[in-house]
Amino acid sequence: MLKLEPRQEPSRLMSYASPLIAVGLTLLTGYLLFSLLGKDPAQAFYVFFVKPLETRYGVGELFLKATPLMLCATGLALGFRANVWNIGAEGQLVVGAIVGGGLALLFQDVQASWLLPLMLAGGVAGGMAWAAIPAFLRVRFHTNEILVSLMLVYVAKLLLSYLVHGPWRDPEGYNFPQSRMFQEAALLPVLMEGVRTTWAFVIALLLAGLSWLFAEKTFAGFRLKVSGLAPGAASYAGFSEKRNVWLALLIGGGAAGLAGVAEVAGPIGQLQPAVSPGYGFAAIIVAFVGRLNPLGVVLASLLMSLLYLGGETAQIHLTLPSAVTGVFQGVLLFYLLAADLFIHFRPRWSAARPAVVAKATALAGGDAV
Amino acid sequence: MNFEHLIPILASTVAAATPLIYASLGELIVERAGVLNLGVEGMMLAGAITGFAVANQTGSLTLGFAAGMGAGMLLSLLFGFLTLTLQANQVATGLALTLFGVGLSAFVGRPFVGQVVDGLKGFAIPVLSDIPVAGPLLFRFDPLVYASLALFVAMQWFLNRARGGLLIRAVGESPSSAHAIGYPVIAIRYLAVVFGGAMSGLAGAYLSLSITPMWVEGMTAGRGWIALALVVFATWKPWRVVLGAYLFGGVTILQLYAQGFGVRVPSEFLSMLPYIATIVVLVLICRDPRTILLNQPASLGRRFHPDA
Repeated sequence: MLKLEPRQEPSRLMSYASPLIAVGLTLLTGYLLFSLLGKDPAQAFYVFFVKPLETRYGVGELFLKATPLMLCATGLALGFRANVWNIGAEGQLVVGAIVGGGLALLFQDVQASWLLPLMLAGGVAGGMAWAAIPAFLRVRFHTNEILVSLMLVYVAKLLLSYLVHGPWRDPEGYNFPQSRMFQEAALLPVLMEGVRTTWAFVIALLLAGLSWLFAEKTFAGFRLKVSGLAPGAASYAGFSEKRNVWLALLIGGGAAGLAGVAEVAGPIGQLQPAVSPGYGFAAIIVAFVGRLNPLGVVLASLLMSLLYLGGETAQIHLTLPSAVTGVFQGVLLFYLLAADLFIHFRPRWSAARPAVVAKATALAGGDAV
Repeated sequence: MNFEHLIPILASTVAAATPLIYASLGELIVERAGVLNLGVEGMMLAGAITGFAVANQTGSLTLGFAAGMGAGMLLSLLFGFLTLTLQANQVATGLALTLFGVGLSAFVGRPFVGQVVDGLKGFAIPVLSDIPVAGPLLFRFDPLVYASLALFVAMQWFLNRARGGLLIRAVGESPSSAHAIGYPVIAIRYLAVVFGGAMSGLAGAYLSLSITPMWVEGMTAGRGWIALALVVFATWKPWRVVLGAYLFGGVTILQLYAQGFGVRVPSEFLSMLPYIATIVVLVLICRDPRTILLNQPASLGRRFHPDA
């Protein structure tokens, strides 16, 4: 029968092939799903994956939506490597938008060039502050950062909702729950004519590069990696777990906060009750599909962005609910996690098991997450 | 505030606590078997929409609740297959399950937005429900409220007295020992995971068929995560799950009533209370690391690979 046999070394080939397998299987699932829904799969694929990119504007949208995903996922990936599970990027994004957007509203008469950098810095600081809460509570009180960071997502969204329904509502906005539109000086410039992509995309690419340098070339990055791969070795080497938790959450929060302010100072241009269609959560998938590796994250965020765009086009041209994007996102992650099995195990048809393997298995059994 | 106000508050507290009891007790069994399933929120949403859709189409609440449980079980099987058979990371897979549940329920639920069903009503137990004060307070709930308490009693007995419960605990504390004695660790974990899925699905269906009989996208609003936090708060003990669920039910309802009574605090801040309370409670319980060390199932979240 088919047996799984632990590999001596994790397979490098599989760790790169597995996202591709997952994407392939997701497409296959999409094919089945479209057929089941009575849509012509070929046409559906065209509408989903090609049509959004046929115009320059569409390509711009791809980069535009990839920006917050890339920013959030770059930060999250560093943390996930160290087994710090910040899943509240969505909340940190919202707080970044609140602080950055709040500065734009505070200095609404300012047309100077210092405003935008101040807003960006404010967004980063806001995201960091929000992420500092789970960091502090974990370091000081041993609470689980997964639950705390997630609870804070709801708190952040409610806070934003309060602000745009109450004190920050545009007095001339016909009672709509949204703030004043930001002035020119508070908006990120677009990359070129005819697209909505802002310079935040370039910043996101630069940060992905920097995070690669940080993870691969600095001692702090090395410590993060070791604590994730071998917590025992990390503590034996005297690497401080607390420092890692702080580092991972602050970087993740800061990047998500930047994504938030880049959204409100970019395509949105004001504060409104919903500043993100779940980028902070989708970024978790992006981080995994990108192998927790900055370059992978860049590619994965483009793929995920295409899923968002495809969902919107499918809504218009195929009368499919855009929620189909969420289904694809979930399915993609499932396939990836399943395909990852083959990084550490190899399938083998066998009748009897060699004794050596049995022993190796017994030793490997019950390893940590 | 006089007594007449208090009775409906207490009664709705019980209703608000009921889905939390189901979801948390389910997850408690899963975690006692050493598996951490962070997908409760996703399974609840799947249960909510499936239960609602089936009840809406067939007109039968029983079928609706059964379908809700079935949906939760299916998703938990998927989780089990990935983490137990394919050895995937439990944290990542649980997150995936939640994201998938959110997306899938929104997708499937689109045609059911704005639809109605005749929700599950309280059932006045003859004679007993006429007792002043105690009647409306104790004897006018829907059957699932009483069933949740029965489940708690059964689970208390099961985990401490029954062979199956002790087996689950053994698997959660030391899967390799349980395996060495000859118990099927993976099979036992599968059963626990599927039970957890059924309870999460039921909890979700209770939301969409009893508390607010309608379907709203993302209607669980973090209750699945609160249920996960409750298990930690309860230090993996059923009676503390129930206590915690009523406490949280109380917080949820109090903020609703506070809005009704015109408390001069913006409603958004009141709505934050359950989430902030969750964080506060986690801090209180986790403050002393020994509390967690002594109570948390020793193999929680760890992979177990019995043979290759």
